[in-house]
Amino acid sequence: MNQKRKIRILVAKPGLDGHDRGSRIIARAYRDAGFEVVYTGLHQTPEEVVQAAIQEDVDMIGLSSLAGAHMYLFPRVLELLKENGADDIVVCGGGIFPEEDIPKLKKIGIKEIFTPGTPLGEVVNWVEENVKPRS
Amino acid sequence: MVIAEKIISGDIRAVARLIRDIDDTVPEAREVLKDLYPYTGKAYVVGITGAPGVGKSTLVDQMIAHLRKAKKTVGVLAVDPTSPFSGGAILGDRVRMQRHSMDEGVFIRSMATRGYFGGLTQSTRSAIDVLDAMGKDYIIVETVGVGQDEIDIVRSAHTTIITLVPGMGDDIQALKAGILEVGDIFVINKADREGADRTINDIRLMIEMDEKRYKDGWKPPILTAQAVFDKGVKEILGEIENHRKHLLSSKQMQSIFKYEKARNDLVEMIKDRIVSDVLADIIHSREFEEALQLIMERKIDPYTACDNIVLKKIKKGNK
Repeated sequence: MNQKRKIRILVAKPGLDGHDRGSRIIARAYRDAGFEVVYTGLHQTPEEVVQAAIQEDVDMIGLSSLAGAHMYLFPRVLELLKENGADDIVVCGGGIFPEEDIPKLKKIGIKEIFTPGTPLGEVVNWVEENVKPRS
Repeated sequence: MVIAEKIISGDIRAVARLIRDIDDTVPEAREVLKDLYPYTGKAYVVGITGAPGVGKSTLVDQMIAHLRKAKKTVGVLAVDPTSPFSGGAILGDRVRMQRHSMDEGVFIRSMATRGYFGGLTQSTRSAIDVLDAMGKDYIIVETVGVGQDEIDIVRSAHTTIITLVPGMGDDIQALKAGILEVGDIFVINKADREGADRTINDIRLMIEMDEKRYKDGWKPPILTAQAVFDKGVKEILGEIENHRKHLLSSKQMQSIFKYEKARNDLVEMIKDRIVSDVLADIIHSREFEEALQLIMERKIDPYTACDNIVLKKIKKGNK
């Protein structure tokens, strides 16, 4: 049998943030790149995001945030992944972030932050270079 | 056996990873499935199919809530289509069911068809076994209801629910063969919409005309629902229970079901193996390329070329 690994990505919007156009476009770009994208929709708690990521066995979580609560929500997601022994899952973020928060988020383990205006090709390439499907 | 033991004890991470390995056709996963097989056969499998947008995921979400109230554990496999162009997929059924993600008695997994047309891939079939072995009481399989030929699900599910909405084509649609013939339960969702009565009548007519097919005693009930408002969902679960009792009602019924399922599982598995091994072998052979060339030059017809290749392959296999 021919083994074929496919990258699986969870696209999630944690918190009370109602803007999902951006995350839908990203999900679509990932699909067009040949990835399997699990989409969870709006208003997710970090706990729900992490449980979904584990049940779906994804290689990466893309967190979308446009409402300014990222300094609480993103670290919480990382913390829960660790608690569940799932911190091998790559986490990155997209949306609107004050410049001074970006290094802080990267320091605690968010692998990359994408801000408005990033070309879709760049977002896809980043995944291809930095996310390896589980071996 | 280590992985199999983890699955049987309900280790969510292990279950999730095994399903991934099955999907990615990792050879070791097959060995684990062999170990797990003795622990399967206990869960009740419900299939839900129907056209996109009729409310399958919402219905599944409400069914989970009811089954959990009755203290039953639930596994869900939600199948969405793979893009034929990119090979990618957006798996969005989970959106409607996310409220159950923190419930330890519920395991939800999204799967992509990965190029299969029947709506239920070999890996979905194996994933049913995994959730069964992990001890789920009910397994709900939601498949892309793309066409009328989608009957794969029936052979893996104990009870198949066909979901429809009012206003999807005239009564001739209901006469066509295919998907409508395989339902054990029909649900007309979004029943507050105009035309619900007509849809019910169309389905009823189709069932009444097909009397001899239902001679085993089960005539598919037609139910109306508004899944978003949890209307009619309790009744659907009631009919699932009735159908379950019907299947268990006699030794004969049970053995027919077991035979059909075993036969179908094995046929599909062999088919899958032939496609993945034998076909791949043929496509990469020089002979195949040569035949293509000859067909393009119109020096041979594809029927003869096919006969040549296949017969040669079979003879080789027999030696």
